[in-house]
This record gives sequence, structure tokens and C-alpha cells, in this order.
Amino acid sequence: MGYTPEMLDLIKKVEASRPERLERSKKGIDFEPLTLAGREEVLSKFHPDYKDDGRRDVKIGPSKGESYPDEFVDVLESKARLLVSGAELDKLTDYETDVLVIGGGGAGTAAALMAQENGCKVIVATKLRHGDANTVMAEGGIQGATQEVDSPYYHYLDVIGGGHFTNTPELVAALTNDAPLVIEWLERLGLMFDKDPDGRLRVRHGGGTSRKRMHSSGDMTGSAIMRVLRDESRNRSGDINVLEFSSAVEILKDSQGRAAGALFYNMETEEYFVIKAKATIMATGGYGRLHIQGFATTNHYGATADGLVMGYRAGVPMAFMHSTQYHPTGVAFPEQNIGLLITEKVRGLGANLLNTDAEQFVFEREPRDVESACIIRECMERGNGIITATGRVGVWLDSPMIEILEGPGAVKRELPAKHIQFMRYGIDISKVPMLVYPTLHYQNGGLTITDDSATNVSGLFAAGETTGGVHGENRLMGNSLLDITVFGRRAGTNAAAYVKNFDGEVGNVNMDHVDAYHKELAEAGVDTDRVAPLVLPNYTREEVMEKQLTTNYQGGLRA
Amino acid sequence: MSEAKKEIRVATGDRAILPEGTKLVPIYIMGKQYQVPETMTIQKAVEYAGYQFIRSCGCRGGICGACPTIYRVAGDYHLHFCLACQTVVQEDMYLTQMPFFPANRAAYEIEEVDASAETIMKLYPEVMKCVACNTCTKSCPMDIEVMEYVNAAMRGDIAKAARLSFDCIQCGLCSSRCPAQIQHFHLAQLCRRVHAKYQVPQAEHLKPRVAAINDGKFVDVLKELVGDSEDTLRELYVAREMEPQDSKGWQPEEKQFL
Ligand SMILES: Cc1cc2nc3c(=O)[nH]c(=O)nc-3n(C[C@H](O)[C@H](O)[C@H](O)COP(=O)(O)OP(=O)(O)OC[C@H]3O[C@@H](n4cnc5c(N)ncnc54)[C@H](O)[C@@H]3O)c2cc1C
Ligand code: SF4
Ligand code: SF4
Ligand code: FES
Repeated sequence: MGYTPEMLDLIKKVEASRPERLERSKKGIDFEPLTLAGREEVLSKFHPDYKDDGRRDVKIGPSKGESYPDEFVDVLESKARLLVSGAELDKLTDYETDVLVIGGGGAGTAAALMAQENGCKVIVATKLRHGDANTVMAEGGIQGATQEVDSPYYHYLDVIGGGHFTNTPELVAALTNDAPLVIEWLERLGLMFDKDPDGRLRVRHGGGTSRKRMHSSGDMTGSAIMRVLRDESRNRSGDINVLEFSSAVEILKDSQGRAAGALFYNMETEEYFVIKAKATIMATGGYGRLHIQGFATTNHYGATADGLVMGYRAGVPMAFMHSTQYHPTGVAFPEQNIGLLITEKVRGLGANLLNTDAEQFVFEREPRDVESACIIRECMERGNGIITATGRVGVWLDSPMIEILEGPGAVKRELPAKHIQFMRYGIDISKVPMLVYPTLHYQNGGLTITDDSATNVSGLFAAGETTGGVHGENRLMGNSLLDITVFGRRAGTNAAAYVKNFDGEVGNVNMDHVDAYHKELAEAGVDTDRVAPLVLPNYTREEVMEKQLTTNYQGGLRA
Repeated sequence: MSEAKKEIRVATGDRAILPEGTKLVPIYIMGKQYQVPETMTIQKAVEYAGYQFIRSCGCRGGICGACPTIYRVAGDYHLHFCLACQTVVQEDMYLTQMPFFPANRAAYEIEEVDASAETIMKLYPEVMKCVACNTCTKSCPMDIEVMEYVNAAMRGDIAKAARLSFDCIQCGLCSSRCPAQIQHFHLAQLCRRVHAKYQVPQAEHLKPRVAAINDGKFVDVLKELVGDSEDTLRELYVAREMEPQDSKGWQPEEKQFL
């Protein structure tokens, strides 16, 4: 295992150019950063967000006329899996509850806990297992102004500046105001935060922060949060019922047009069932698995934009869905790590980015979007990428430079998890470079919400990566774990308040809004047999699909 | 710069392109043979063979614990335990996946328990039955000293149990193998929570901040920022004082917003 002989040959060139690069580095000579005009040019030509091709205007729905990536418009301009009458839905009704939470990641679980604390019976229905989600994958940390030299005021400025001043201000205020409350809540629930011996929370800087406010739990912060929230929800299983392997496919409404639960699909028995609820919280996370423009992704298997599709059909407009975060350095080799994240820290420590001829082609500390665009240009336009045996392309990230600059052992000390991850495949990144390519990391936009986590549809709340606005066009690291806990909690509390004022029981439910959506599709001339939500991505090979002569695919799923 | 520009045919998403000449090897997915590329992970090889996962697949990155897998290689009696998303196939491997393993979890009130051996004994009395066979440790795909954390918990050394089990992804492989029928990962989670809550000093500096927020101290300043024009915000943004990397004893000059 390890690199192929062809790749090892190319690596010789990388080794040969190291002394010269070291010389330059010692003199403090970096690769020339781009001018603002240069940045704009490379972004407009090569960044997937800025390029004109690969995107189109959505023809129907509350955000009609907005331009989004093709893959996303495809799922918006799709038919429902199922359209049935109210009477039929009555027959399918298996559960009734106060609050239905769709999606058992961090946002959904935080919402469930708060709804329960405020007196509600809750059902959390989730596609995979409870916690199989983007939340467990977060390594870096969670922000919050907990230190004396910091305050929500400075956190606010950092967030809105990071988002190019496009963020929805009320959401930023809620995020930064609640942040210390959330950190305290997690501490109270028994989260193992990194601390000094006297109990003071350890904090670090992150990209774009003016004060140190990145809190962590080892290099598994998201996992630590998910494990604690899930464990606590299990302690309250009398009131919080978690249904795993239950995929929501449509929001249902009552005769007054309020959200009143959802229609679900059991992928194993292929049955549909209905959960009626007084309030419904959408917390289905992101859309990395749509593989916008073919990009690999850091996201989990279930990140297929389902909540966006369901929410949009129910009438919720999109916010900031034109904007996607690509991380410049995702793994391009070995295949088994494809798309996984390599932290910015590697470049910060002095590793250069190099093309197939071992030449530098970009300044290593450009903003994320610019760095990504330069790597794409080097590979796609200039043809200077390294092509792997599995058909991937990438550029070298020369980690052994760190050993030279910082002394032997530095790679293992500074990047322990990455070192082990590559060692598993016979690659010692303290001796040979890594191969990297930009990877689809985070959905900046999503369903439009208020600072109460409410949508414009009454009875429908939303929280987490499936919503948009709080980060504007660019999210800073550590603000997403914060987003899901702050707005997850707000969604739970406000849904409970809504339930308290709810008169009587949930009445008959219907899918009239889906019917209307189908008509709108037809009127807009969208003639398609696409079905959404996808529920899962389809990774079946073409050679296999060609022989599946009696198989239908509905969304990403075989049916 | 290279003379002949290579033709670029790039794999998209998680579906790999196989160049000609890629070696295929036989593997046995729950007993049935499939030919798969030798470089693939088990998870991707199973998809290559034509399966679509509806179970045994979560993060695809080694951190969720959805894909525990057990295999033997023909001609070798050893059992192997791994994560399908992190392990490359081997010729003649016979594998099965374990999407779920039953483990009872004891419910508790986090505000009412403490970090003591008694708590452990009350909630998970079966830990006392550990026969120190070390099978759990040998089956852990995260290389955790599982037996050590079980023994630490048994002795009431909750801090050690919490520390040792920190990387646990709750895949259940250890519990599937334990002759004493211990439910390791739930026990470990309990230890981590009570350790963090009752043994580690709490963040005293956070309490006044929380009280201030609950008193609405920042409501007005934040409201003002919400109303500020983009130009004003840009000015404030540029003027932010930066906390230095080495910030021991550092104080900002502007204190009115703290
Ligand atoms: C590799 C990686 C590293 C990251 N690092 C950081 C970091 O350091 N700091 C930070 O702040 N953020 C980080 N992020 C971002 C952050 O982790 C996520 O944005 C956040 O956790 C999303 O939480 P969520 O609850 O909204 O969604 P998720 O955690 O993704 O949960 C959504 C849940 O809904 C389920 N679901 C989806 N569709 C359906 C359906 N139709 N029916 C039922 N259930 C459904 C999913 O299966 C999933 O369980 C990182 C993300 C990744 C991928
Ligand atoms: S301790 Fe057990 S449950 Fe945790 S990762 Fe190891 S084998 Fe899996
Ligand atoms: S497998 Fe069970 S009995 Fe054996 S050492 Fe581990 S906990 Fe003890
Ligand atoms: S799929 Fe999550 S650990 Fe393998």
C-alpha cells in the first residue's frame, strides 16, 4: 500500500525542490499573494459559487428566480415520492405527539431536550442511527465569548465580518448572545471540555476571530457534544421517543395550513407512515452528498438536502443557498480517505502546495474560497494536477516541510490524528507529502428562519445546517456547532411555547401544498420524473445499474 | 511546466473511476463472492459489488461507529474487527457487518448521581464480572484500552475510565465479544459525563457572564449592532483590537462592551 511507484517518482521532484523552498522560507519569501483583482478573477473563473455554468434559476416555489447550483435546483424541481389523500394519510397515522423533530443530529437533539424540559412529549425521527450526522464529524471546536476580555459584542463583529456583512443581523445577535449560555449548558450536562486545572475553559483563536473563543473537547468536539446530548435524551426516553431509520419525505399540514407532522418512509420494510404533531422542527442538516459539480465531500452519508426540499414545498423561502463552503484541502489519496478534511493548520505550519512538477502555484494563506479556486485552476485549466489510479486529481501538500522548519517529530506532535489516519495506509506524512483537492464542506444557506427558529409556516420550526442566514455567505470555523446548539435550543423552547397555545388536538392532515407544488412544476414547464427528497445518495456503478433491469430508483433509493 | 497536458477525466463524488489494469480481488460479502478492486475500503467495495447501504453506513469517516465489521481471511483462524469505512479489502476476506448490537443502557438523573464506584455498581453491576480476558481491547477498532477503562470504572477511578474511553465511537464491537456481557460503551459514557460534571472543577469565570446575559446585559449593545449600517459595521470590524497569540495578561483598551 502507500503511494504507487508512479506517484513516488513524482514525489522525488518534490524532495528535490525542498532545499530551494526552505531557503526562500527562511528568508521570509512567500509565493506572491494575489491582488484583490487577481482574487476576483480566479474566483469568478474557478470557484464553483462564482462560475456561471453549473447553476441555474429555480423556476418555482417561494424563492423562484434565485440562482442555485444545478444539483440543488434538480432536487427542488422534483416530484414528491408520494402524493395521497387526507383519508389515506389518516390510515397511515402511527404516532401522535406534541413536538416532532426531524433529524437526530446536534440541532435536533438539542431541540428535543428543550421541548421536553418545557413540558412536551417529543418524537425524534431520524434517517440513520441517532447521531449518524455531520455533528459527530466536527473536530475543531465551538465558539462562545466566555472570557473576560471578550463579549458577545466582539463575537458579533467577527461573525458578521467573516460573512462579508451579508448575515441576517437578528440571527447573529441571537447566536452570540446565547453562546456562553450554551457552553455552560454543555458543561452542566457533563461535556469534557478542555480546561485548565482550575476549571477555566481553554480557548484558542480560529480563522477570523479577534478574541480567543474556540472551545474544544480534544480533537473530537462534535462527537463529544453529540454523545452527551444523545445520552441525555436517552435518560429522558419516557418523554423523548427516538425512531431511527425513519426518513421524513414530506411535511404534512392541517386544514388551516399549519405544519402538522410529517410523512415517513421505512427504507427496510418500504412502508410509509405518518407522525402527527402540533409542532414540527426541521433539523436535517446539510447537502454535501449532492456532490455539487462532482466535488467529494466531508459530510456524512445522509446529507442529501431532504429538509430543504420538504421545507421549500411547504412554503419556506431559501436564504443564502447560492453560497457553499469548499474546504481547499480535502484528501485526494488514498481513495479510502477521499474528501476528508485536512485542517488549515498544516499550511499554517509551513507545508507548501505544489503541482505535478513540484512548483508552487499559490500563496498558502489565501482565504478559503480563493485557495480552493487556485487549486482547481492548477488542475483543470493548466493540467498540472497529479492524477491517481482511482481517477482523482490533486496537488501536493508538502507536510515534510514542517519537519524541516519545526524540527523532527513536529508532524506527529502537531497533527497526531492525521498522522495516524495516513499511517493506516502506509503513508508517513512526516516523510512524504499528502495529495489534496478542494472538498464540499458546508452548506452556508438553507431555510429562512427568525431568531425564534420559526419559519413563515406556522407550526414549522427549523434549526442547524438546514437553515441559512446566520453565517451569511461565509461561516467561520466553530460557529456551526454553536449555531446548532443555540438555534436547536431556541427551536425546542419556542415549539413548546407554540404547543402550549395550541387549541385542541391536531386535526386531519393533508398534502394539498404538495399537490399545488406539482401543479406549479407543470405550469413552469418542468417536465421531469426526478423524485426528491433523495433520502440517500446513489453510489451504484453504471455497470451494475445497466443490469438492474427491473429496478426503479426513486431519488437516490432503490424501489 | 509539463509538456503534454494530461487528459483530465476525474472521478466525481464517491464513485471512483477504475483505470484499466486495476487488479480485482475476490472478497466474500456475507458468504457470497464478489470481485472488487484491491485498493478499496470494505465500505466502498460493498457498494462497488452492487449493494446500497441502508444500514452500516454513517459518517464514512471513521467517527460515527455505524460500520463495525468482522472478518476472517481464508486459511487463517484469526478473527479481525474493523470499521468498514477505514479498512482496505484483502483477497479472500470473509466479512459480515454488524449494524446494531443490543446493549441495555441504565437511565440516570445526571443531577442526582455522583462520580463514585457506588454509582457504577448501582447502574452497571455486571462490570464486577469482568474476567480480564482482554477480548474487548483486542476487538476495538479505535485502539482503546477497553479492559483498562472497565477495570478503572470498577475500582471507582472514574477519571481514568473517562480519559481512557475518550475516543470511543460506541460501535459495540467490544460488547459483542465480552464473555461477561458487559455493556462497555454505555458505561464509558456515564463515566465521562460524571467525571466532567463532578470531578473536574467547573468554569467559575463563566458564571458571571451567564448571569449578565440572563439579566439582559448585552441586549441593547446587540440591538444597536443589528441596526448599524454596513459602513458602520465595517469601521467597527476594522477597528477591532486583536488578542495576540500569546495573550497572557493582555487587556484590550476598549472595555465598555465587555
Ligand atoms: C468534517 C466536518 C468537520 C466540521 N468541523 C466543524 C468544527 O470544527 N466546528 C464547527 O462549528 N462546525 C464544524 N462542522 C460543521 C458542523 O459539524 C455541522 O454543520 C453541524 O454539526 C450540523 O448539525 P445539524 O444538527 O444541523 O445537522 P447534522 O448533524 O448533519 O444532523 C442532521 C440529521 O438529520 C438526519 N436526516 C437527514 N435527512 C433526514 C430525513 N429526510 N429524515 C430524517 N432524518 C434526516 C441526518 O441523517 C442527521 O442525523 C464540521 C462539519 C464536518 C462535516
Ligand atoms: S470501546 Fe467498544 S464501543 Fe467503543 S470504539 Fe472500542 S469497540 Fe467500539
Ligand atoms: S471482554 Fe469483558 S470480560 Fe473480557 S476483559 Fe473485556 S470487559 Fe472484561
Ligand atoms: S461509517 Fe462512520 S465509522 Fe464507518
